[in-house]
Amino acid sequence: MLGRIHSFDTFGTVDGPGIRFVLFMQGCALQCQFCHNPDTWDTGAGRQVTIDDILQEIEPYVPYYRRSGGGITVTGGEPTLQAPFVTELFKACKQRWGLHTTLDSSGFCEPNHAEPLMAVTDLVLLDLKMIDSAKHEQLTSRPNERILRFAAALSSWKQPVWIRHVLIPQVTDGGDDLRALGAYISKLQSVEKFEILPYHRMGVYKWQQLGRKYPLEGIPSPTEQEVARAYRLVQEGGVHAASQMLEVASIEKKQPIGRLLG
Amino acid sequence: MAVNQTDRIKVAESAGAWRGFAAGKWQERIDVKDFLDHNIQPYTGNEAFLAGATEATVELWQKIQQLVKQERANGGVLDIDLHTVSSITAHAPGYIDQKKEQIVGLQTDAPLKRSIQPFGGIKMVVDACEAYGFELPAEMVKMFTEVRKTHNQGVFDAYTSEMRAARKAGIITGLPDAYGRGRIIGDYRRVALYGVDRLIAGKKQELVLLETGTMTEDTIRDREEISEQIRSLQELKQMSLAYGCNISRPAATAKEAFQWLYFAYLGAIKEQNGAAMSLGRVSSFLDIYIERDRLEGRLTEEQAQELMDHFVMKLRIVKFLRTPDYNELFSGDPTWVTESIGGMAVNGQTRVTRSSFRILHTLYNLGPAPEPNLTVLWSASLPEAFKKYCAKVSIETSSIQYENDDIMRPQFGDDYGIACCVSAMRIGKQMQFFGARANLAKALLYAINGGVDEVSGAQVGPAFAPITSDLRLDYKEVMGKYDAMLEWLAGLYMNTLNIIHYMHDKYAYERLEMALHDREILRTMACGIAGLSVVADSLSAIKHAAVIPIRNENGIVVDFDIQGEYPMYGNNDERVDRIAVQLTETFMNKLRKHRTYRGALPTMSVLTITSNVVYGKKTGSTPDGRKAGEPFAPGANPMHGRDRKGALASLASVAKIPYEDCLDGISNTFSIIPKALGKEPQTRINNLVSLLDGYADSSGHHLNVNVFEREQLLDAMEHPENYPQLTIRVSGYAVNFIKLTREQQLDVINRTFHGAV
Repeated sequence: MLGRIHSFDTFGTVDGPGIRFVLFMQGCALQCQFCHNPDTWDTGAGRQVTIDDILQEIEPYVPYYRRSGGGITVTGGEPTLQAPFVTELFKACKQRWGLHTTLDSSGFCEPNHAEPLMAVTDLVLLDLKMIDSAKHEQLTSRPNERILRFAAALSSWKQPVWIRHVLIPQVTDGGDDLRALGAYISKLQSVEKFEILPYHRMGVYKWQQLGRKYPLEGIPSPTEQEVARAYRLVQEGGVHAASQMLEVASIEKKQPIGRLLG
Repeated sequence: MAVNQTDRIKVAESAGAWRGFAAGKWQERIDVKDFLDHNIQPYTGNEAFLAGATEATVELWQKIQQLVKQERANGGVLDIDLHTVSSITAHAPGYIDQKKEQIVGLQTDAPLKRSIQPFGGIKMVVDACEAYGFELPAEMVKMFTEVRKTHNQGVFDAYTSEMRAARKAGIITGLPDAYGRGRIIGDYRRVALYGVDRLIAGKKQELVLLETGTMTEDTIRDREEISEQIRSLQELKQMSLAYGCNISRPAATAKEAFQWLYFAYLGAIKEQNGAAMSLGRVSSFLDIYIERDRLEGRLTEEQAQELMDHFVMKLRIVKFLRTPDYNELFSGDPTWVTESIGGMAVNGQTRVTRSSFRILHTLYNLGPAPEPNLTVLWSASLPEAFKKYCAKVSIETSSIQYENDDIMRPQFGDDYGIACCVSAMRIGKQMQFFGARANLAKALLYAINGGVDEVSGAQVGPAFAPITSDLRLDYKEVMGKYDAMLEWLAGLYMNTLNIIHYMHDKYAYERLEMALHDREILRTMACGIAGLSVVADSLSAIKHAAVIPIRNENGIVVDFDIQGEYPMYGNNDERVDRIAVQLTETFMNKLRKHRTYRGALPTMSVLTITSNVVYGKKTGSTPDGRKAGEPFAPGANPMHGRDRKGALASLASVAKIPYEDCLDGISNTFSIIPKALGKEPQTRINNLVSLLDGYADSSGHHLNVNVFEREQLLDAMEHPENYPQLTIRVSGYAVNFIKLTREQQLDVINRTFHGAV
């Protein structure tokens, strides 16, 4: 079986617990305005690899992942677009090494399509961008009904989930929107953690390289106070007590390395 | 070293000093390891017991910071005693604030006043004085030019023209031929445990053992050296008496143990301005005295920490007079007062004690600092609480380096220490002849250009047939020529070191440091290499891509056109990592072919400290795509930005370099921004511990850990006055960031930050 990947990083610490192998899949159905990896959108780009290719890249570092309580995180791009490949990969990681598996997804995926994958996934990192569907479409090019269906399915399966929300000043920081998000999350089962990911501009150069106009030009990263305010509003919306609210830690998601360095 | 009757009496007398200690053969012989084995109290708890700085500590440290500020304002040197040749007894006692100092003793009669140490070479002293606005008196210059010969003069008397040319071209650099060689660790603990009289008695017996047979050159030299050692111990007593301490007897309390040990070290640095004047492995030794005093109710935790803080304060202000270009090579004002902390004993117990925590805790009580060079001997078996504390301190101060006890212990036992950055040696039983490094990247260019230097155009290496084709470089052809060039380089390099160390023994012998060694010791000839990742990538490019030479008007290859991709070192890719491994094996085997001075065992390090910048400056464009003048990667690090699979793949490549062939150490510097270690502080600590455990398990040797933001460093470049204590780790060493040259600062900032999010 072949999968199409963008790249990987052997040392990830911000997308799931412990030290993790982070695999960036190629291809995404959304076109989020804030995306810091627009180079992972095109489903025809990247390179094709086999499950074995990836396992070989993971193997040398398994002791690090085990010792730290880490594992593998598959992100992208949108990994559920290649759900059968990711399913086989997770299955093999579990069979060989008993690794903890995490799927980092936008949730833009029909639940029945993801069911076999969820059977071998220990944790889902789910991005909820906007509860209002029209605003969601404006921001990401797609409405959010399918995403909310996916979230509901995860809830009914009691799949452990960390909900993440990218906080973009003037875009996703509306008081009502944040409260609505909190209210929505409070209805979900097995949400273990809620995190705000402060919007950052480190992906802008990729838009330029791809010759695309950057839609959020002029919008700054949120301040610590703005992040704290957002946490408060989401909490007001009613995130239930079982989900751990993170302290104000400005965390960004991992970006693929390579051209970022130096 | 069995004791005779008079010594038995001395042993009885010292019973007071040794009260409460578990008996062992250490009482009969000079054997500090045996003392440790019997008396150390391993500590597996956490840092909760630690005490903050006392009022006296705070005041003393403020005073020092004030002086350091003045020193910086004064252009880098506060004052020089221009009229006194430094020796163990030359200077009157000096103090910072005598009433407040628990531990006393300075290199001269005032803090930060530097001394004249001309035995390594007078030129360095003259140049340094001039550079900092002082003038060395003419009679002093005359004395060490016309009357007393120096090491430096001896070396240049013997250097061949080929050696001079190689040195000038920078294919061999950083040689200790103009100053003290250093990297010798006296067993300073012996002075505390036994007192100087017992040590002198031991050395006198050694002299008697040498009253036999034919007086060969070796025996004559041994007899002269031991006589000098005895003299140095007597001088050490004299120096200590001037401070009101009688160190002829063993230390009887913790305070005395710190003081006696520090006096021994102080004597060494008064006499030698060695390139690295390392301390050894003293904190867990001193812990035994602290524990006894605590048990006897004569010392509180605050007082114990105060002793440690004041001791460390003294180590932080060790200063030598060096020229600015030496500082450019090695960054700032380095002294490499390396202290080795933790590790495991051969019997399976840990060597971690409460004092392992206490010495790391000085980074909080006094703030971060490059000196002493705090080196944790890491083992997967270390107590978990200590591992976590180390990780916490690393994240908060970037002032610790880690070396793999699990691979060093089988080689060096459990009482070794690190000299300089990464050089392990059995304390008191082993020394090294420091050999700086050979530039393997330049050697590759010599192979291509038939021994002609690509920068100067001079014929430096042997005039082997150059590569004449203008087509794609052929891997086999290049390798054949490179092998021959390395053969030449290894021979020249070893012969150069032989001359240097012959002369150093003759004109600048380390009497006191060697007095704190056994008579029969293992000597290593510590060679080194620079440019490992440049060469590995260059050869990989030649093999896997198309590399076309570009010539200047004289036909010398000065650049390369690289077409296509090639596997790069730092990605755990066997195709290129294998080349790096083979390169170290090959060069080490070539070094092994040569005769060494005093039968020294050849070893090799992959370490540059910050000289990777200067080496790069002196080296033309290389086939990996690095342009002329650009820095090499430091130590065994992959080249900047070429490790594309993340930190673990990068570490895995470096861990493949075989320690057996690089017994003098393999340096790796790891820089990461805090966020990339995890979100919550506790997660960051756990992840760093896992990282260090994993690297040690995969046989990696050394890791410098820097945790800081790029922006912070950029700001420190613009506003150095706001960052007087900003410390970062460079290959094998820590430096004050603001003391680096601008080029070095940029090199550090441009270097791969792992997990740049």
